[in-house]
Amino acid sequence: MATEKTTIFSTETAARFDRLVTLYPVKRSALVPMLLYAQDDLGYITPGAVAEIAQRLDLRENDVESVLSYYSMLRTKPAGKYNLQVCTNISCMLRDGYGIYEHCKKRLGIGHKEVTADGLFSLEEVECIGACSWAPAMQVNYDFYDELTPEKVDVIIEDYKAGRGKETV
Amino acid sequence: MPRLVSHPDEVKIISRRFGQGATDIDKYIELDGYKAVRMAIEKGPEWIINEMKASGLRGRGGAGFPTGLKWSFVPKQSDRAKYVLVNGDESEPATCKDHVIFLHDPHAVIEGTMIAALAIGAKMGFIYLRGEYRYLLKIMEKAVADAYAKGFLGKNIFGSGIDLEIVTQTGAGAYEVGEESALMESLEGKRGVPRIKPPFPAVVGLYGGPTVINNAETIASVPHILLMGGEPYAKVGSERNGGTRLFGISGHVERPGVYELPMGYNLKKAIYEVAGGVKDGKALKAVVPGGSSTPVLLPDEIDVGLDFDQMGKAGTMLGSGGIVVIDESVCMVEFALRTIKFYQHESCGWCIPCREGTDWLKKSITRLHAGGAEAKDIDNIRYLAENMLGRTFCPLGDAAAMPTIAFVKKFRKEFEDHLNGKGCPYHPSIDREPALV
Ligand SMILES: NC(=O)C1=CN([C@@H]2O[C@H](COP(=O)(O)OP(=O)(O)OC[C@H]3O[C@@H](n4cnc5c(N)ncnc54)[C@H](O)[C@@H]3O)[C@@H](O)[C@H]2O)C=CC1
Ligand SMILES: Cc1cc2nc3c(=O)[nH]c(=O)nc-3n(C[C@H](O)[C@H](O)[C@H](O)COP(=O)(O)O)c2cc1C
Ligand code: SF4
Ligand code: FES
Repeated sequence: MATEKTTIFSTETAARFDRLVTLYPVKRSALVPMLLYAQDDLGYITPGAVAEIAQRLDLRENDVESVLSYYSMLRTKPAGKYNLQVCTNISCMLRDGYGIYEHCKKRLGIGHKEVTADGLFSLEEVECIGACSWAPAMQVNYDFYDELTPEKVDVIIEDYKAGRGKETV
Repeated sequence: MPRLVSHPDEVKIISRRFGQGATDIDKYIELDGYKAVRMAIEKGPEWIINEMKASGLRGRGGAGFPTGLKWSFVPKQSDRAKYVLVNGDESEPATCKDHVIFLHDPHAVIEGTMIAALAIGAKMGFIYLRGEYRYLLKIMEKAVADAYAKGFLGKNIFGSGIDLEIVTQTGAGAYEVGEESALMESLEGKRGVPRIKPPFPAVVGLYGGPTVINNAETIASVPHILLMGGEPYAKVGSERNGGTRLFGISGHVERPGVYELPMGYNLKKAIYEVAGGVKDGKALKAVVPGGSSTPVLLPDEIDVGLDFDQMGKAGTMLGSGGIVVIDESVCMVEFALRTIKFYQHESCGWCIPCREGTDWLKKSITRLHAGGAEAKDIDNIRYLAENMLGRTFCPLGDAAAMPTIAFVKKFRKEFEDHLNGKGCPYHPSIDREPALV
């Protein structure tokens, strides 16, 4: 299948979508990953993204929105370029996860799901991210940071500010 | 990056290749990789299932259902295509074992999937990872691509005439999607609302076809079992609990980490010897033994073997193998609150006892923790939780209720210490209204 001529996505994402829909016995199976990749590409799920994904999968926009609203990683508003997701669930809590979360709040001057004025950072308190034995842990976008201390967090933030942070997409 | 740990009491079967560069397919092959699948092709489905039954392997996702038996329930003849589905959604708080498998031994997951497919006659397998595990998804994707490039996947694998496809899949944040039928909904591009059981997936699963769904650790154990033989594998573990398991030890221990221990290994030893004991020499207050949904144990209850049956006898569950160690400084009401907040946040809202029950439990415990409750509220919390048990559509309701009941029962004194405007005696200044929405 050829890449859609009128796609709103980057060439890379559009090509990925062309391939994704061919992998499954039923096209719709590509929906959840497509939404996540669309978000990676555009920063959040825009109405245009919903429309194009619906069209690619022969779904109604309604169906796409209903699925979209279910998954906690998907958002319909922009986050910061670097989204800090700090776990405060039990294993992290026991190792000062809340201290780390509070430190991030102070350091960035923002609260839960807020974005810094320059758009560079956003912050989220999240549930367990599967790094419990290396607590306290957080993710910056998709990258994991563990055994955190406030000092380590400062270095991580500085690195991203200076464009030196890890970036898995 | 997750730190690898090691202890002399470990029996390294599934973790044998960790830290040895086995993400590289040639290295994996050098370390006996893709041998088991060739044996499986040669000896056929019946042999595979018999070895799996002999191994005594029980589901590492948490429920402990015998894997060989589950596979044998898949009908031999089916009009609909059959599938294998690997559950790598790993979202139970305190669980991070599948994480290290994907990181260090992705080909074991692929090879296990292939063997499961051969056993039931499936031509397609899916490996589903939670959305947060993007870097692990990339490792899995590369491993799958490398396996295709070698001709291990695709048409006519190993010249057997058998075709086999494997597709990797990602979620996008939802604990409930770890429940097998909700996971199938998600994989079909829908909201992660569970399906009614029975029928079990082994009969009607993905796209309506018979489906074997197993946890990632269960699947990654499979090649090792065929290589060492079902019976020898079973012998490593305890009665009716074959083999080893990855235990993720976290919280207040000196050496947290993921350790591979034989099934039946003593929990107290796991904490005091393997993980180095309680951190900073403090006293132990409590242990949550198998992920946040499992009922808490008191210090005098931990002299027990880590297998499904012994933990059941001890009034709790082996669950997902995530052992959380809690020292004397922790307020158990706050711990109970953090636990219920999670389940309230993750309830899919489909059925009322879970949707409303988790919400009320969160509200009541929040109020109690802040000092705004009376003695009868403690009973109400327990009564509410007890009334959720068994009355929900899927086990998430139980997962919320069971630990709550145990916290109230075993730490009643601490709940009482918060009453009548006193608030938290441990952390008087803490104000932690949940931000999570
Ligand atoms: N690993 C993790 O992150 C999490 C694990 N869990 C665990 O999940 C468990 C509950 O899971 P469920 O799947 O609801 O348990 P379940 O006991 O209903 O089923 C366990 C497995 O056996 C299969 N099975 C059971 N009876 C069968 C039959 N008669 N025929 C064919 N197959 C059959 C089921 O399909 C399933 O695959 C809890 O014990 C908990 O520990 C819960 C949350 C997260
Ligand atoms: C709410 C809920 C969440 C679950 N999450 C997971 C999970 O993240 N990973 C997993 O392997 N099993 C999870 N399970 C258990 C699965 O439903 C299923 O029992 C398991 O994948 C079967 O594989 P096994 O037999 O190899 O354990 C969950 C169950 C429930 C009720
Ligand atoms: S028990 Fe909870 S998670 Fe399960 S179906 Fe009901 S509302 Fe959804
Ligand atoms: S509890 Fe924080 S990563 Fe699991």
